[in-house]
Amino acid sequence: MSSTLASTGTEGKTWGGGSAPLKASYGKMMMWFFIVSDALTFSGFLAAYGFSRFKYIGSWPIADEVFTHVPFLHGQELPMIYVAFMTFVLIMSSVTMVLAVDAGHHMKKNKVTWYLFLTIIGGLIFVGSQAWEWATFIKGDYGAVQTKGGQILQFVDAETGDRLALGDFAQPIDGPREQHLAKNGIWFESEGAHTSFNLQEVIAGMESHSNVLVRTQILNEEGEKTLLSREASLEQIKTNGKQVVEGANLKVNEYGSPLFADFFFFITGFHGFHVFSGVVINIIIFFNVILGTYERRKNYEMVEKVGLYWHFVDLVWVFVFTFFYLV
Amino acid sequence: MGSHEHKLEIFRGLVKFKNNTQKIWGVLIFLTLVTAIEVVLGIYKPEILMSPLLTPFEGGFGATLGNVFLSPIIFLKPLNLIFILLTLVKAYYITWDFMHMRDETASLRRMVVWTAVFLVAYLIFILLQEGGYIESIYSSGYIKRDF
Repeated sequence: MSSTLASTGTEGKTWGGGSAPLKASYGKMMMWFFIVSDALTFSGFLAAYGFSRFKYIGSWPIADEVFTHVPFLHGQELPMIYVAFMTFVLIMSSVTMVLAVDAGHHMKKNKVTWYLFLTIIGGLIFVGSQAWEWATFIKGDYGAVQTKGGQILQFVDAETGDRLALGDFAQPIDGPREQHLAKNGIWFESEGAHTSFNLQEVIAGMESHSNVLVRTQILNEEGEKTLLSREASLEQIKTNGKQVVEGANLKVNEYGSPLFADFFFFITGFHGFHVFSGVVINIIIFFNVILGTYERRKNYEMVEKVGLYWHFVDLVWVFVFTFFYLV
Repeated sequence: MGSHEHKLEIFRGLVKFKNNTQKIWGVLIFLTLVTAIEVVLGIYKPEILMSPLLTPFEGGFGATLGNVFLSPIIFLKPLNLIFILLTLVKAYYITWDFMHMRDETASLRRMVVWTAVFLVAYLIFILLQEGGYIESIYSSGYIKRDF
């Protein structure tokens, strides 16, 4: 057999093979290089978010006014609390993962199993929280009116300075307005979900409630949204109002620029998908551990490799947390 | 491989742990503390941290250079600067201690970290610069240079 191998004259030298200068296995190195490329993908998204934010720096939604909800605590404004909890859950699951890796180094199968199990639970809590966060964001809370130019007008109580929901003042008008269903017209034409009030009802409500003021999405020098006078409010809503917006989707966003919602869905969605696939991979490895695959292999390096991926997901979240919720 | 020695010192040797498990819990406490500081600052937004320390220098080339080198304290609110620095601190400890980068060879570490840091810094610079430029055109009535 050896006669078929050509001699290259590099045997025993640096490039002669057989040496491992990085002292890492092939699998671990490839996981690191994958992480680098994935980090660049996330950076691309976050930098694009930064680009749009800098472009509309004078009217970007204020995150503290958007993400104020905590499950089971209805009607309380608690910015940051729930994301802080989510961050902690993810860091905690990183800890259980690194403990699983450590137990793997000592070939303690039972400990690896338990720590991996806890890691999976942490990942599921995080993904569930993110789904809840999405649902809350899509549902919205106060409602707003979008202008012809695509700006968002929100409503404020002149006396207390608190935000007003559309339902607080809008006056239902009994009219012939009906949802256009596919069965009533050409088969491919139908109308999407209705908002709870239409523009006319909001205008009528504004006229009959003298305490309703409009605030625009333009930020003033204190970084707060500009509040219009009563006359300017009515003027603005009558001449520029186009449609009522409740909640957020890829086209409209009651909190301000639709781009904010787009980036939110895209970046947290991409991250959530990473967490989800991380959980799936962790579950596969979890069963391998139980079946004793790595016990027979006499090393738990596979746990270390999926661990690297899992920590990376945590690492990305640290940045998403800062740039979406804090800065 | 086979042997799994861990470097057990963090904060440049200021804190040394007895074993790897202890180090993991130590790092968790530190990361939790940093996150707690971020959340508290994010909720209360102290007035003193809400405006940049310096206003941009005006004048010739020297002023421009000054603005470039001191940009973090001229163009950023101290609060946001603190958030970004704390984020990098967290990222460092997640990578170094949870992902065991501290125990890898220097060449593997540099391959991963320098590549990512260089490309990400470049990307951020170019996109934020461009976003700011477009904003300046919007806010100056679509006129960039009035001849």
